[in-house]
Amino acid sequence: MPYVPHTETDTQDMLAVIGSHSIDDLFREIPANLKVAPGSLNLPPALDEHRLMAHLTEIASKNLDCTKLVSFLGAGIYDRYIPATVGAVISRGEFLTAYTPYQPEASQGYLQTIYEFQTMVAELYGMDLANASMYDGATSMAEAAIMATGIKGREKVVVSEAVHPHYRQVLATYCWSIGIDVVTVPAKDGVTTEWNAADSACIIVQYPNFFGCIEDLAAARKAADEAGALLIVVADPIACALLRSPGSYGADVVVGEGQPMGIAMGLGGPVVGLFACKKEYVRHIPGRIVGKTKELHGDKIGYVMTLRTREQDIRREKATSNICTNEALMALAATVYMIALGKNGMTQVATSSVRNTQYAISALKGIGVKVKFGGKVFGEFVVSLPKNATQVRDAMIEKGFLAGLPLGTYYDGMDNDLLIAVTEIRSKEQIDAFVSALQEVLA
Amino acid sequence: MLETPLIFDQSRPGRIGCNVPRCDTPEVDLSSVVGETRDDLHLPEVSELELLRHFTNLSHINYGIETGFYPLGSCTMKYNPKINEQTARLAGFANLHPMQPVATIPGAMEILYGVQSMLMEITGFSTITLQPVAGAHGEMTCLMLIKAYHESRGEANRTIVLVPDSAHGTNPASAARCGYSVKSIPTDAAGNTDLAALEAELALDGPNVAALMLTNPSTLGLFEPNIEKICKMLHEVGGQVFCDGANMNAMVGTTRPGDHGFDCMHLNLHKTFSTPHGGGGPGCGAIGLQSHLEPFLPKPVIRLSEGKIIADEERPQSIGRVAGFYGQFLMEVRAYTYLRAFGKEHMADISRYSVLNANYVRERLKDVLPPAHDRPCMHECILTAEKYKKEHGVRALDISKRLIDYGFHPPTNYFPLIVPECLMIEPTETETKETLDEFCDAMIAICKEAVEDPDLLHDAPSTKVVGRLDETLAVKSLDVRWWPA
Repeated sequence: MPYVPHTETDTQDMLAVIGSHSIDDLFREIPANLKVAPGSLNLPPALDEHRLMAHLTEIASKNLDCTKLVSFLGAGIYDRYIPATVGAVISRGEFLTAYTPYQPEASQGYLQTIYEFQTMVAELYGMDLANASMYDGATSMAEAAIMATGIKGREKVVVSEAVHPHYRQVLATYCWSIGIDVVTVPAKDGVTTEWNAADSACIIVQYPNFFGCIEDLAAARKAADEAGALLIVVADPIACALLRSPGSYGADVVVGEGQPMGIAMGLGGPVVGLFACKKEYVRHIPGRIVGKTKELHGDKIGYVMTLRTREQDIRREKATSNICTNEALMALAATVYMIALGKNGMTQVATSSVRNTQYAISALKGIGVKVKFGGKVFGEFVVSLPKNATQVRDAMIEKGFLAGLPLGTYYDGMDNDLLIAVTEIRSKEQIDAFVSALQEVLA
Repeated sequence: MLETPLIFDQSRPGRIGCNVPRCDTPEVDLSSVVGETRDDLHLPEVSELELLRHFTNLSHINYGIETGFYPLGSCTMKYNPKINEQTARLAGFANLHPMQPVATIPGAMEILYGVQSMLMEITGFSTITLQPVAGAHGEMTCLMLIKAYHESRGEANRTIVLVPDSAHGTNPASAARCGYSVKSIPTDAAGNTDLAALEAELALDGPNVAALMLTNPSTLGLFEPNIEKICKMLHEVGGQVFCDGANMNAMVGTTRPGDHGFDCMHLNLHKTFSTPHGGGGPGCGAIGLQSHLEPFLPKPVIRLSEGKIIADEERPQSIGRVAGFYGQFLMEVRAYTYLRAFGKEHMADISRYSVLNANYVRERLKDVLPPAHDRPCMHECILTAEKYKKEHGVRALDISKRLIDYGFHPPTNYFPLIVPECLMIEPTETETKETLDEFCDAMIAICKEAVEDPDLLHDAPSTKVVGRLDETLAVKSLDVRWWPA
């Protein structure tokens, strides 16, 4: 076994030093009735590396992945361009196989990348600071809501129904377990206008929202102020390279999903949650944060995980978050992405998405498809079809397209509505082909 | 080694680090379709080569398992096989959208179901779910299942969770996050759960106890020999027992927690099943449970139905969803690859050789650093440097920092909290005897230095890119980002 290097001689020499006659002897404190004999478990046989690769390749080939289907499906996870440098950097063993940087002197490389990540996330969102990452966008939002209840001393949170349904499901689970009420407010015409936020710790709005519509954050800020609540914005980082930042509207906390920034879709994991906030909340944030410091006995600067006094390993049962391992490698991928594209590249990606989306909208209107919500959209939009959207989606797979997300599962009365995403990597030709295929399916 | 400047200081307007996709659809008037746009974006502008040099230089001042021995206790820093990386990058896995129809991803379902099935056999639990995305997330999910179970029986009064004083810090934190109050259970002189204290606690609070969270083998590196009795004691008062699976590496193929009487457990696939730690994530959680907790599982549940693997969303008693999608799918691909590489024949090698290595290190170091308990250890050994603190003013942390000068990553310090000047060493099964000997030789040499020249240790490390860092300053004058001029 190449991963376990012991020769029989090694084993015997080591047992002699220990003073044990066998490896079994080392397990003598485990009651006999609780042991299983080596090799007795009902598991499939071991595969050598060649057969293992062939086996996995065969399983992978059974999936219709997005190199086989042209994707117009978004809903929070996007088929975007990933620069080659991302894979090159995150494959380096010094990053890939490191542990959490508990010993900063041996982990300066990672710590500096996290400091750079925090800076760029804060910059995109227009916020004072960001943490070192969360599990995903959904849990990041739930943690933000719980943080708000702690800050405000209130036990109610208000969320727009135009926030990603899965995010709201995670919010509901987290809040149920800790005893917080969740109130959902409607989004008529695709955007949220009625905030019933009295007595709530926060209001949560998505930007652009689940339907692709751009919410009025100034109005949301005003509603939050009237209720004395925090404003939490779930924001797409790519959109934030182009649109006015949530921070510029006065958001207190901005969270989001970092997957569009250089991370493979991977059936939704691993991805990375983003979390940024105003400086005044820094001592309440979940997870970890990296800070700059200098040597104890010298002047060189270095980086450390900081604010450990509020981290779970010190405060234990008083902890406000249990996040330990987060998503450092995915944060590194996002860091490489943000640097590779830089200011101009990210703006270009965002702008191309808008252009492609507008082209798709006009082409769809050209074949008589109705766009459901009339307002401003970024990269994604809802169409109302004359047929059941799930059936249309399934028929489109036959034609080589992942057509989007049927919304009937998530919203009453939206069985014929389809959420369509158009990223910067969709070409005019692909959009044209998609529109003609849809025309055939609808005929 | 030279300091690497922040990428922001290398930025020059007009440079770009990749060839961005060209757009071939017509231009649009942005403000009319998206509203107000921004012109205040400060992201770096560097060339592709500058980017690669930046990260390559940073990688040179970072330590990973491929750099050298990483005996960080309770973290299971084992080798991460390269084949795992290759399989996880297959297009048929990497390019899947989580909301594409299940009918289009039979291969992904096969992986998820396959990992679940193998973990069920290894742990002895009747169900496994892979939705939790990290160990602590798995702990929290288990507590949620327990909460839902008690509520379903009309026992919402069970608000206390018992946690041993040796537990991982995430245990009480997870309990607090589920709205529980935490009571500490002491450890006896032999390093086991103090049965008398547990009994007294259950006599006092039994009807209000929701669960006991137990790490087995414990964070003292010891197997809990009374485990069946402890589980029975909890069940008699209607409580549940959660197993913290951080130390599963000591049990794989040798003993199964599901047989011990536990009701549920979490697993850290990034520890035991070799998915890489990535500098602090992605973690990869999974939880195992007995059938009475199954109705409350988070959605979707990947299971067999009429011979087909399905993603079951029809779960009326479910606690809901605990993560955005299916969990860390590409990590499950890595874990699947790893499990199939070991298979039936070799699975027990994991626990057998990791336990052998830990006992070997313990034996070689016992004269300079006494073990906290005089018993065979499991996959990690807990040593105390107390005498160096008392006699020479040298703390466990100083020994650890000096180890960096010798080219090794330090072990875990000051955990578990109940052992003074604690050093927790976990060698794992993937290290050779030669590596362990070099490490032990270094530790012995450092203990000699501690007696002869304590300041050498206080000033360590001295050969790295930076010397000992001021962590207090980092808290006092908080600087967590770069700002544009």
